[in-house]
Amino acid sequence: MTPDLGHYLTLSAMLFAIGATGVLVRRNALIIFMSVELMLNASHLALVAFSRFRESLDGQVLVFFGMTVAAAEVAVGLAIIIAVYRSRKTVNIDELRQLHG
Amino acid sequence: MSAAIAFWILAIGAVSTALGVVLMRNPITSALNLVLSLCFVAGLYALLEAHFVAAIQVTVYAGAIMVLFTFVIMLLDLGQVQDRIGPPEGLVKAAVMGLLGIAFVVMVAKSAHLGITIPSTSGLTPANVARAGGNTRLVGELLFGPYLLPFEIAGVLLVVALVGTVVMAKREVDPRRRK
Repeated sequence: MTPDLGHYLTLSAMLFAIGATGVLVRRNALIIFMSVELMLNASHLALVAFSRFRESLDGQVLVFFGMTVAAAEVAVGLAIIIAVYRSRKTVNIDELRQLHG
Repeated sequence: MSAAIAFWILAIGAVSTALGVVLMRNPITSALNLVLSLCFVAGLYALLEAHFVAAIQVTVYAGAIMVLFTFVIMLLDLGQVQDRIGPPEGLVKAAVMGLLGIAFVVMVAKSAHLGITIPSTSGLTPANVARAGGNTRLVGELLFGPYLLPFEIAGVLLVVALVGTVVMAKREVDPRRRK
């Protein structure tokens, strides 16, 4: 039985759910960021699977742009985390709640 | 048959290492698990005949981006920081999220196995792609053809991110500290 679109979408949903759980459960800002990358990667997998089964390459081009944006996002996000760590000496999001109304 | 075996190995590897990212206590272990997970997904891309995306997944994602992550973890010396999921609040949250996640996956699996067939738009079956010069060539022709403007804008975005990162890293955190 060769894997069809449903297999890939289910796998993508699993990876997305694991990433979302990580974002909401963990307290370390870096691990939350890694979980976000996991979710992004799951959505890329769905895009490539659709692209393959639709027999069109536009989905893969979209994944290329998604990876470009992810690279920019990681660079800026890690710079923010470093800046926060420099001023507050912590990356635990429970201790970083100045924006908490 | 061999495609099915490869799919199951890669899928199980990707899911178990993804669980490792979320469950491991040490940030470095999480980062290395994420590298493995990204590599497994790259294998799935190759299985889906998306060779170009598989290659940049390994070089850009598992290579460049994850080096940045491990670099920052070591720079901040977070290896010793314990990040436990505190009972009982954290455990309740984890259980609720896990159940929601399982419900989401079951919903997708059920709707995806209804036998939906999506129409082929341009007829680029793997055989046709191979005849036209391969996946990388066709994706490149798309990137430098119809998608040229977004491609150039992506370059501008990377420059903006680069400048922003440098400004943020050089900025004094607290202006009063200068005195």
